[in-house]
Amino acid sequence: MDANVQLDAIAEAAAVPLDQLDIADPRRFADDTIWPFFARLRREAPVHYCADSPYGPYWSLTRYQDILATEIDHASFSSDTSLGGIQIEDQPKALARPSFIRMDPPKHDEQRKVVSPIVAPANLARMETTIRERAGKIIDELPRGEIFDWVDRVSIELTIQMLATLFDYPFENRRQLTYWSDVAVCNVNDPTSPVHSEEERFAELKNMAAAMSKLWNERVNAPPQHDLISMLAHGESTRNMQPNEFMGTLALLIVGGNDTTRNSISGGLHALSQNPDEYRKLRENPALIPNMVSEIIRWQTPVAHMRRTATVDTEIGGKTIRAGEKVVMWYVSGNRDETMIPDADRFIIDRKRPRQHLSFGFGIHRCVGNRLAEMQLRIVWEEILARLPQIEVVSEPERVLSNFLRGIKRMDVRIPA
Amino acid sequence: MPKITYIEHDGTEHPMEVPVGLTVMQGAVDNSVPGIDADCGGACACATCHVYVDPEWLGKTGTPNEQEASMLSFAAVTESNSRLSCQIEVTSELDGLIVRMPEGQH
Ligand code: HEM
Ligand code: FES
Repeated sequence: MDANVQLDAIAEAAAVPLDQLDIADPRRFADDTIWPFFARLRREAPVHYCADSPYGPYWSLTRYQDILATEIDHASFSSDTSLGGIQIEDQPKALARPSFIRMDPPKHDEQRKVVSPIVAPANLARMETTIRERAGKIIDELPRGEIFDWVDRVSIELTIQMLATLFDYPFENRRQLTYWSDVAVCNVNDPTSPVHSEEERFAELKNMAAAMSKLWNERVNAPPQHDLISMLAHGESTRNMQPNEFMGTLALLIVGGNDTTRNSISGGLHALSQNPDEYRKLRENPALIPNMVSEIIRWQTPVAHMRRTATVDTEIGGKTIRAGEKVVMWYVSGNRDETMIPDADRFIIDRKRPRQHLSFGFGIHRCVGNRLAEMQLRIVWEEILARLPQIEVVSEPERVLSNFLRGIKRMDVRIPA
Repeated sequence: MPKITYIEHDGTEHPMEVPVGLTVMQGAVDNSVPGIDADCGGACACATCHVYVDPEWLGKTGTPNEQEASMLSFAAVTESNSRLSCQIEVTSELDGLIVRMPEGQH
């Protein structure tokens, strides 16, 4: 990263009056200068109110324990779409796409239970061989001695193949899933995004729903299978979903299973390239991979925040949050909270208690796919280490303009010939 | 100190002495017993400390409260004797307790 940009950010973070700080400014996520701002909030205003922002007024939680406590108290802090949902930016009401991540009990619980068997231990074990074969093939086919984009050739390709497997989606059309995932989460104000308005986004997701409906109709009349569409089509509490809900649930599963893992694969390689001693440790001892996978997920924090809306007046850290107010839980900051995680600002692949991080959330919404994500990352690194002694990162990662998903769009690398 | 026997899914037994006042989860983590991840550190917020309590002991370990029951309902492979081990406090009454691990924590 440009050292001057970094120094400017440190100076600005120290100088900005706290009551004028809008920590959600996506530009600081895109140029990776957000860190000194979060450090200041954790130190001086861990429960911080921003009165005025493009997203309206909102509270920010930046410490690990405050975030954990809020996650657990889902009765006081709702995820429901009708109150605004789970992102700092409210979903426009007319275009709402409800899914169980944006619901409270009891409906959330019913729908989650339909989906979660797909990632139960036995199912994961069944998928392991397929994932390993596909990962090996992708790595074998990478060019040697020339520069290529790691994100496109490895991170995207691998996660999308996985997703096609989960949905039992026509394999040759798998990049459609990547496209819809990008559509579902992109910042419509970013000129490089695939869609540029909420209406356009909604229209594209309708195309997704149409393609999926076809598969649904085929499978609803066939015996139940182990893929997600069949599970939803046969599930007691999901078989009669309304069109918007169908769209929302598919988008949730596509994004959940795609962007986050993709960005962990890219972010992990970047972290290793920036910490050559850790990379060396890994090559000398591949048994560290499972530990490292958790550290990568903490380090990358693919989901930077989740948002809740207070349903009653509640106190956090001495501040009163009123019913109806927006509360943003910054996982990306809690994961750097020194009071919970020693040397939180260092990437340490053999750290003690690496699983202690907020990246998957906690409580009833805790990530359904967390074991699948960990398994994919473990296999990728096992297969990389078995094949490639070295990967050189030759460009700074190009990051996504978003305060919600911490993503890497492009990262050029070279494998020595 | 009460003795607690942790049995891995593959049958490996780990008899451990666990001080009164700790939780059954802490007894496993402090002694590096594999099979209990305890990602949330005992806050009843992750369900990765899931165990099956030996039926003989169910009367002494008590029953899950509402939060535990709700987290357990999302865990994979639960049975009627499933508990989150971070919610069972070790007492002298539990000397001899046997808990078994599930196939995987999720
Ligand atoms: C490194 C990869 C991943 C990260 C960092 C991640 C992160 C998250 C986070 C932060 C949440 C919300 C937690 C909360 O509100 O407390 C979540 C929920 C969810 N994730 Fe993931 N995720 C990942 C991979 C996956 C995968 C591979 C799948 C696909 C099966 C998936 C499916 C879901 C679903 C369905 C939910 C909604 C759960 C609910 O509301 O009950 N995720 N994830
Ligand atoms: S340690 Fe997380 S629920 Fe027990």
